[in-house]
Amino acid sequence: MATEEMEQLVRRDYKEGFVTDIESDTLPPGLDENTIAFISNKKGEPEWMLEWRLDAYRQWLKMTPPSWAHLDYPPIDYQAISYFSAPKRPEDRPQSLDEVDPKLLETYEKLGIPLHERAALAGVAVDAVFDSVSVTTTFKEKLAEAGVIFCSISEAIRDYPELIKQYLGTVVPVADNYFAALNSAVFTDGSFVFVPEGVTCPMELSTYFRINAANTGQFERTLIICESRAQVSYLEGCTAPQRDENQLHAAVVELVALDDAYIKYSTVQNWYPGDEDGKGGIYNFVTKRGDCRGARSRISWTQVETGSAITWKYPSCVLRGKDSIGEFYSVAVTNGRQQADTGTKMIHIGEGTRSYIVSKGISAGRSNQSYRGLVKIGPRAKGARNFTQCDSLLIGDQCGAHTFPYQEIGNSTATIEHEATTSKIGEDQLFYCQSRGITEEDAVSMIVNGFCKDVFQELPMEFAVEAEALLSVTLEGAVG
Amino acid sequence: MLEVKDLYVEVDGQAILKGLNLTIKAGEVHAIMGPNGAGKSTLSAVIAGKDGYEVTQGSITFEGKDVLEMEVEERAQAGLLLGFQYPVEIPGVKNIYLLKAALNAQRTARGEEEIPAPEFMKLVKDKLGDMKMDASFLQRAVNEGFSGGEKKRNEILQMLVLQPKLAMLDEIDSGLDIDAMKVVADGVNSLRAEDRGILLVTHYQRLLDYIVPDRVHVLVDGRIARSGDAELAKQLEARGYDWVVEESAA
Repeated sequence: MATEEMEQLVRRDYKEGFVTDIESDTLPPGLDENTIAFISNKKGEPEWMLEWRLDAYRQWLKMTPPSWAHLDYPPIDYQAISYFSAPKRPEDRPQSLDEVDPKLLETYEKLGIPLHERAALAGVAVDAVFDSVSVTTTFKEKLAEAGVIFCSISEAIRDYPELIKQYLGTVVPVADNYFAALNSAVFTDGSFVFVPEGVTCPMELSTYFRINAANTGQFERTLIICESRAQVSYLEGCTAPQRDENQLHAAVVELVALDDAYIKYSTVQNWYPGDEDGKGGIYNFVTKRGDCRGARSRISWTQVETGSAITWKYPSCVLRGKDSIGEFYSVAVTNGRQQADTGTKMIHIGEGTRSYIVSKGISAGRSNQSYRGLVKIGPRAKGARNFTQCDSLLIGDQCGAHTFPYQEIGNSTATIEHEATTSKIGEDQLFYCQSRGITEEDAVSMIVNGFCKDVFQELPMEFAVEAEALLSVTLEGAVG
Repeated sequence: MLEVKDLYVEVDGQAILKGLNLTIKAGEVHAIMGPNGAGKSTLSAVIAGKDGYEVTQGSITFEGKDVLEMEVEERAQAGLLLGFQYPVEIPGVKNIYLLKAALNAQRTARGEEEIPAPEFMKLVKDKLGDMKMDASFLQRAVNEGFSGGEKKRNEILQMLVLQPKLAMLDEIDSGLDIDAMKVVADGVNSLRAEDRGILLVTHYQRLLDYIVPDRVHVLVDGRIARSGDAELAKQLEARGYDWVVEESAA
């Protein structure tokens, strides 16, 4: 098929592109210590939390943005961003869905978020974050019965200060990197999960993030703790409305797994990628890290990344506990002028630690994608093992795929395997399917889904279905 | 049902077919034979709509419709199906999934309902048996890791499930041992029907011992140099292609 045809068909409209008109209680653009005090006060935080934020802010001021990623974007003016926005509701929080702004519910409806009874039927508790404030949390009682705490991070700071003091910032220190420091200073909300010893969380926990108010940066903060023998599966999904200004998103996610604990963290990310010239998309600079603190603990990251203009994201595992396991399964799709520099870090510290990395990158249009993965084996990580598989699929001839594997091996008993492939979506494959009567779009979707199968099968069932659908939407018209 | 008239085809500016004429009626089996490079595979590829082949002159009609105006998938939906010489591997996509998607795409295009799952499974299992294929084939990725013989049997399996009006088989015998060829030939013979045409493209006569064609055409230098019945294939087996080439040059 001809390149011009592809060109023509690569254009697609962003299906989730609509803006809900809700009056926001928005802070004017700008960032200084007063901004941070305002946020902390607005959240009703204790003094020590404000100090924690200010400490992060002061460290951030001395830092510079990272420049090593294979990304190209203009410098971000942090003074042009508004750091607080919340739906205007005087009485803090609605007590039930009936009290929620109907427009907001409509928005969720359009996004197909199962918040109503659908959520109940699906057995999923939804902590919905609209702009920066958690609007509603369901299933709290059922979780409470099991002893699981699932609430917004703001609530957790007020209600469980000891847990916050004990764990916040212990996986991603405030000054870990430029964006993490910024997040630590100005984060507005996010989720908190605590699963006590021996408890398997009775349902999958899920949060839908959505960026709305114009020019508002989003700084989510998530902290998940599994005590010994505890287990949880957490789902995160994101979409955003179409708009013209670039939006910065710098989230921090920290996971802590103690002895024999298992945390499964799944993400389907579909933020606005910008128009065909790349204008208006989300900048996504995320720090996600899991700490396998206990022996035989296991942390698994699964992500399907289809959105954002720019993605800078490396969900990582620090394998401290003896025989602990870190996993990273990723599908990243870029189209149009999207840029993604993503991958993982597996830091082997403990003896007998194991890590698995399966990364599938799909580039279409004029997009550029890099896999960047670090496998580090420390001197005490005797018998550590890593397996990495990294496959890239190119659609058309104007996109790019790059692989940057880094390995730092600190002892001779480690076993490292790395496999990498790059292939073009075969015109032969397309012709083969089409000559059986299957339309080109269906054929592309079939071939791409086949390519991603290893990762999709790691996703919880309902997410897997969603992910396949999302991939089809994202690559709609990617080939012509 | 198929009418190819005065067909001229170029690939990368080079003339491959030069005024080819061919008519296939329902119920007939035609074999296209000829020396390497005569344009045998080009003919079936052009009919199926493969990219990179430029028709500079002539026409192809199928049941009165202009095939050259149709998209690749439309041709398949209309009942023109090509069995590949080199079937393509599609990692991660189960064989059964491709079969079902193809069948439903064709049914939908014809305005029919999608096939119910139990009916589909029964249909596929029957045909699998005909092709002496194990049910595990269905769960394997399309053609991935298949032996040459398995790939060819899989092509025929698709034909049996999809039931095209005109089945085109490009060198379906290449790379097969005699046992595999018999299975494939049995499959093709079971496709023979009053309302179906079959076009076999083959270099060797031996396939035609098992699938006896109604018409045999010898393609030389981009056009049909000689046509005959099954007897012609036997003559070619005995005498080779040279005499046809010489006669057509004369």
